[in-house]
Amino acid sequence: MTDLALPQDGWIGRRMPREDTRRLVMGAGRYVDDLACRGELHAAFLRSPYPHAGFRLDLSQAKALDGVAAVFVAEDLARVCGGLICPDLAFPGMVSPQQLPLVAERAVYQGEPIALVLADSRAVAEDAVELIAVDWQELPAITRLDQSLTQDAPPVHLGLASNLGWSTQIGTDLRDAFAGAALVVETTLDFARNTGVTLEPRGLIAQWDAGALELRISHQMPHQLQLHIAELFGVAMSRVRVICGDVGGGFGLKMHIYQDELATIAAARLIGRPVRFIADRMESLMADIHAREHRIHGRMAVDAQGRIIGFDIDDLHGMGAYSVFPRSSTREAMSALAVIGAPYLHQVFHARLRCALQNKVPTGQLRAVGNPIGCAITERLVDLAASARGEDRLVFRARNLLPEAMQPWTSPSGFRLFGLSHHRCLERLQKLMDLPKLRAEISDACASGRWLGLGFASLVEFTAPNSRSYGPTGAPVAAVDAVVATLEMTGDISVRASVSEIGQGIRQSLAQVMADAMGVPAENVAVLTGDTATVPHGGGAWASRGAAIGGEAAWQAGVALRAQILEIAAALLQAQAADLDIRFGQVVDQHGSARMGLDELSRIVTLQSYLLPDGMQGQLSVSRTYRREADSALPNNGIQAVLVEIDPDTGHISALRHWVVFDCGRVLNPLLVEEQIRGGVVMGLGQALLEACSYDSGGQFISATLADYKVPMADDAPDIEVALVETPYAGSAVGAKGAGEAGACAAPAALLNAVNDALAGQGAQISALPITPLDVLRALGRVPQA
Amino acid sequence: MKPAPFRYERPATLEAVLALLDAHGAQAEILAGGQSLMPMLALRVARPDLVIDINRIAGLGDITAIPDGGVRIGARARHAEVMASPLVPALMRSALAHVAHPAIRNRGTLGGSLALADPAAEMPCCMVALGARIVTLSSRGETHHDAASFFHGLYSTARRPDEMILRIEIPPLGPQWRFAFLEEARRLGDYAIAGVALAMGAGEVRLAFCGVEPAPRCLPATEALILAGADPLPGLVELAPMDSDDAPEAYRRHLAGVLLKRALREVGHG
Ligand SMILES: Cc1cc2nc3c(=O)[nH]c(=O)nc-3n(C[C@H](O)[C@H](O)[C@H](O)COP(=O)(O)OP(=O)(O)OC[C@H]3O[C@@H](n4cnc5c(N)ncnc54)[C@H](O)[C@@H]3O)c2cc1C
Repeated sequence: MTDLALPQDGWIGRRMPREDTRRLVMGAGRYVDDLACRGELHAAFLRSPYPHAGFRLDLSQAKALDGVAAVFVAEDLARVCGGLICPDLAFPGMVSPQQLPLVAERAVYQGEPIALVLADSRAVAEDAVELIAVDWQELPAITRLDQSLTQDAPPVHLGLASNLGWSTQIGTDLRDAFAGAALVVETTLDFARNTGVTLEPRGLIAQWDAGALELRISHQMPHQLQLHIAELFGVAMSRVRVICGDVGGGFGLKMHIYQDELATIAAARLIGRPVRFIADRMESLMADIHAREHRIHGRMAVDAQGRIIGFDIDDLHGMGAYSVFPRSSTREAMSALAVIGAPYLHQVFHARLRCALQNKVPTGQLRAVGNPIGCAITERLVDLAASARGEDRLVFRARNLLPEAMQPWTSPSGFRLFGLSHHRCLERLQKLMDLPKLRAEISDACASGRWLGLGFASLVEFTAPNSRSYGPTGAPVAAVDAVVATLEMTGDISVRASVSEIGQGIRQSLAQVMADAMGVPAENVAVLTGDTATVPHGGGAWASRGAAIGGEAAWQAGVALRAQILEIAAALLQAQAADLDIRFGQVVDQHGSARMGLDELSRIVTLQSYLLPDGMQGQLSVSRTYRREADSALPNNGIQAVLVEIDPDTGHISALRHWVVFDCGRVLNPLLVEEQIRGGVVMGLGQALLEACSYDSGGQFISATLADYKVPMADDAPDIEVALVETPYAGSAVGAKGAGEAGACAAPAALLNAVNDALAGQGAQISALPITPLDVLRALGRVPQA
Repeated sequence: MKPAPFRYERPATLEAVLALLDAHGAQAEILAGGQSLMPMLALRVARPDLVIDINRIAGLGDITAIPDGGVRIGARARHAEVMASPLVPALMRSALAHVAHPAIRNRGTLGGSLALADPAAEMPCCMVALGARIVTLSSRGETHHDAASFFHGLYSTARRPDEMILRIEIPPLGPQWRFAFLEEARRLGDYAIAGVALAMGAGEVRLAFCGVEPAPRCLPATEALILAGADPLPGLVELAPMDSDDAPEAYRRHLAGVLLKRALREVGHG
């Protein structure tokens, strides 16, 4: 790979607010619900109120309501749209029945769409939904993870012999390795379901016109969706245009294909009018993918010198009623297993995984996919080992973190680790925290009766995978990204990029990359994303890949366009291309003197092409698709710390301060990276202390409003100090690795360790997330157990 | 999440409101700040035939001093207005800091909060602790309720369907009175899991909880222990706390004791 040196005084690495910020903050964003289509109908769904129930419908009253255009059920939609079966090439034997856009006969999770009403307004559509007469036959349901695989658990789908959706074993027999250990620590952690809570809920407007679809949708990967729709509806991709305008957050939940979205598109086709569906907050909380429901048991063996020997893991993961289409619900657990022990040198690894079907909404990939689970079990075991050895937790970590001199290193679970700066990050963290002073303050506070606790968590996250990750699985997930760069006649550069802007600021980062590649100011670059009719095919937004893959595509396109333009300039200026350069939007000579503006050059090529020499066409556009050949994923690394205080009487937990040192390779824009980290930390804080998709003992979903599903508010977030260490990826020109999810990977682990540190003197332990004040009081014996 | 169809009236006078209440009573809902009613409508939990918007009635939100002491608060006074008023007892101001968030307090009203009678709401228990009088109005005239007997249970009050809450009268409490409001909630601005309102004068104490029982009330046994200078916690056996998975009975009882002790410390008693 060509390693072009990045300009010293370039735009890459500059702390610039993203151009979109002003517009979005001023309320000028245009989300799906801000758009209107003449003649549109509004969709509302009858969803199952039960986790498992057969049904018979009488639609007559609903259809007769004034303002209702149609009521559709499964068999209506089957005429135009196929069903979803999660590909299982990578997960042989996985059980996941076909999912239809509307379920027929029997619903298998609460919130599953059963019928769809089209009406003049959403309110009328909801009125009509109430008028659908339903004869429900409630069936036994399983929602609790710990009961899903028991002998007498009712089957999630009628006729299943067991609710085991998939299982696997990784690694080797550990008996000898563990038998010789000086110390084996173990623990079991329980994680509640979480969901994404995007500010803009999922929503779409589908409009068919003579067999072609125009779809405006809040989604993370327009091209992949375009392909799915083409296949499911039997039309050519060129007849499907997917437009994602401003997307108000994704967090992974907008990369799946949902039944209600397909049903809306199918309904629009059947009725021949535009149809709008916007999920309301209840629908979002109930029927967007959930994630992170695990019961994980871990054992870690340590030798007499305090070196980690290995890990033995048993993970039980809640899939929900289906394996989510198309990436599969099993992914999350596999990601969790991949990062267990990853920051630390160790010799052996074994894991057993069981993914359980449940009568609950499918689980999918939520920001930091699986990492919070893998990180938490690792870091908890590390703390337990340090404490069993009577050793400082950072001393234990420093001894075991993978040293730079040993990299690249392939872990016993088969992952290649390289370019990781653990020890530098650890040192930096201690300075950032002013640790000796902080420790003195903590012990003073504890002496005066306060309960403070400090928690640490190291992390490795595998980001920006190449096509070896999804390619073999049969899921049509693109790991490439493409950029088309065009010099406009006003001297600016249009960049059409396949990465998706979902609020994370990738457009700003690509503008800075293009500015350096082309030699123009960043404000002279406009990045367009999200429209399959105008931007080239590529992966979109997932797995923290925008900078590492989209950024590299932008760099290559920019470098190529620059070379092309210099050829033209050389011809026009009768100079050698090698003697010319582009700086600040001007073609300059060897002395740095401006010879021609890019605007002038572009106008000549487009409007006065007779001035070009014979045989020169003068291309002002370049297209580059980037695939990374080496390294199936780019590991990043970092360490977090958090200081918490527990109120001994109420059990209330407050996060007081949080620190992050993070290395994501080349930083394109520190402001954006730091804010991604902060946002991720706050999300992790939600997972650790507040957020739970809850079901009562009868399997009823009881967290369908934001009063019940508690996301952290500004008051809940402590100050978060972030420091960046830069170890550029050596295999690309730009050198970026992923940054968008890491904050959320390690924050829950750090908080869990901090709470346990604060409780250590009381003989109490916490091992379930989120940690409620009631859990703390129960652990302390101040309130009886349930 | 759209309301079921309803009829909407926005009368300009109290008489017109009363006439509508007379005619529709149990089938009508008054719209004050809308911070509870609008979500209930959207969730179709509330399904009135008629919504009577009282936001156009002049003077209904006034906060005025009562000539011989005390303060009179119009039912439609916004939480933010009450919080900013120098006339209201400090107890209400400190409790209101726990009620939702600024945007909600700009719309939500005292009368709405009392009419709703959410068991976890802060204002009802403050009314009990302050010995307030809640004045309702119907075409039959005014009815004066002691706060201590106004709240009957979960979302249930002494108000009849043809009545509206007109104003709240807080009796004069001299400078010797000390107040404390404390609560435990998962996040700032959430409804309380448990909260305590304490008012202490010379030889007098009034105490009420929110979030603990289905409705706030006086707790004479506990108050007597406090006045006697004894440990008040044994008095809390008179509580019959609510019970739910996320806040079981024992937890609420525990918090009631913790908060009471802290409140007493805050007013300089014990
Ligand atoms: C996110 C959020 C958080 C909140 N947190 C809290 C909290 O922590 N603590 C808390 O106490 N509250 C909280 N609230 C509720 C808020 O305080 C409400 O404003 C209040 O409970 C109701 O007042 P309102 O004026 O909005 O009443 P509305 O919503 O307009 O009406 C509520 C009910 O009272 C009736 N009503 C209103 N006015 C009268 C009247 N004058 N006479 C007779 N009946 C009347 C209505 O018919 C309706 O049944 C929260 C609300 C939100 C949205």
